[in-house]
Amino acid sequence: MPADMQNPPAQRETAAPVGSAPIKAIKLRHPWRIVIAVILVAALALFVWDAANRPAYDWPEYAKYIFDRRIAAAAWVTIQLTVYSMIIAILLGLLLAVMRLSPNPVVKSVAWLYLWIFRGTPVYVQLVFWGLISVIYNTIDIGVPGLQPLASWETSELLNTFTLAVIGLALNEAAYMAEIVRAGILSVDKGQEEAATALGMSWPQTMRRIIVPQSMRIIIPPTGNEVISMLKTTSLVVAVPFSLDLYTRSRDISAVNFNVVAMLLVASSWYLLFTSILMVGQYFLEKRFSRGIGAMRLDKNAPIDESAGTGANTGAVTTTPQTSSDEGGRI
Amino acid sequence: MTESPMVRAETVCKNFGSNQVLKGITLEVARGEVMCLVGPSGSGKSTFLRCINHLERVDAGRLFVDDQLVGYEQRGGKLYELKPKVAARQRRDIGMVFQRFNLFPHMTALENVVEAPIQVRGLGKAAAVAKGKELLDRVGLSGHMDHYPAHLSGGQQQRVAIARALAMEPKLMLFDEPTSALDPELVGEVLDVMKELASTGMTMIVVTHEMGFAREVADSLVFMDGGVVVESGDPREVLANPQHQRTQSFLSKVL
Repeated sequence: MPADMQNPPAQRETAAPVGSAPIKAIKLRHPWRIVIAVILVAALALFVWDAANRPAYDWPEYAKYIFDRRIAAAAWVTIQLTVYSMIIAILLGLLLAVMRLSPNPVVKSVAWLYLWIFRGTPVYVQLVFWGLISVIYNTIDIGVPGLQPLASWETSELLNTFTLAVIGLALNEAAYMAEIVRAGILSVDKGQEEAATALGMSWPQTMRRIIVPQSMRIIIPPTGNEVISMLKTTSLVVAVPFSLDLYTRSRDISAVNFNVVAMLLVASSWYLLFTSILMVGQYFLEKRFSRGIGAMRLDKNAPIDESAGTGANTGAVTTTPQTSSDEGGRI
Repeated sequence: MTESPMVRAETVCKNFGSNQVLKGITLEVARGEVMCLVGPSGSGKSTFLRCINHLERVDAGRLFVDDQLVGYEQRGGKLYELKPKVAARQRRDIGMVFQRFNLFPHMTALENVVEAPIQVRGLGKAAAVAKGKELLDRVGLSGHMDHYPAHLSGGQQQRVAIARALAMEPKLMLFDEPTSALDPELVGEVLDVMKELASTGMTMIVVTHEMGFAREVADSLVFMDGGVVVESGDPREVLANPQHQRTQSFLSKVL
């Protein structure tokens, strides 16, 4: 056997000078790539040049309104709508996700029913419903049914259109957030819960300390997407009707100055600005959370001895005496 | 020894649906004893181990740890299921080491070890950290306290897992195939830690395929197949001279 083994390496050695020389080959050409690229760039340039000169876009009007005080205020309202709705949606979604994972079939079914209704109907329709809430329920009462209420409020006084818009957006979004959170929780290995249980940890402790922190890696990237989506969905609050958001405000202005296209461009520019900022944030979040959990926090706790780490990973414990002394398991 | 056994199983049965996995296991583990459970996969040995700390509920028979009925409470001739809190209290005195380590990946080695003492036992952070460092040192990982599991080898991870279980100061340690997921060259370091633990008088039940470990360290060996105990006794005797034909054919394949 040893004699046989010695032959192949000898042959390889004679072949080595040819094998290790860098290959000088003529590169494969891709003429169609260039053609397609030229066509696309030309089409885009043509469109931009045309748009810049087309009177219907009315760029002077665009420039006049892009930083209009009313528009800026409306942009701020849109951000408020987004932030408030998302906060409520995340909290409610967390609750619904836990309910769906509950061993209690009634609790589980209630959560399922919620999802069925709020995911199964258009958000626009839901917003119209919220707008009609004071017609459907004239007063909001607290007390025992059938008896004189302890306290009573006029619905239309208690809930203004901004509040209704937030409620409508949040309750719809909560159904989607619930599924994201549920997927995150289910993504954590079953062994994690088992290990925590075996250590005597209670279910709430296991959730809070072990399961939820690990599920964040799965939950955070799609939640970023939902924020971007929510920012755009706020343009539907006119259904309530709430009219101080970015889209509705620019439509209202265009109803006065008759410059619909320019005002749409103004609104779109603001939406694009916000979504761009969110996309940058999203990029960093995803980069951070797509790394292995171990690696994710590695940079925080600085002093890690590189050589020991890599030695352990490659399993080279027996080869280097330096590491093997620390590997042996002290007795 | 007139002391009561650490673990006493009386015709323990366990079903998964219509599949009866344990068909009446009766055995005793004395205090300080190291028992190895061996047998082919599917023989129910892991399930039995998981019944001992109530990760699986026993369907029939009785299982006692330290004279306490596991998972149930007997009052006035009736059995009551334990509340989660009480069941958790039972579990924290029983350490468990898993085949797949199941370390918490978002915590460093040290954080893994101090988590349960702080959260469950209510130990102060300083005391828990001191204890955790001592335990990691004991398993030969004093240089890896701040490493995350992803940066540790399998053998190192399993040793952290052993330290994590020991941090709860258990009176009984369960090992569910602790070396089966390891590269062959890393098995030794984990077995060394277990040997050292056995020498301190810890009561241990070890599900394993490491017959060398069983021969060298265990006080007793139980061979299970098809949900029943086929043969048990002194490991050296059983391994050298198996009485039952099923044991013989199994051992001829693994030895």
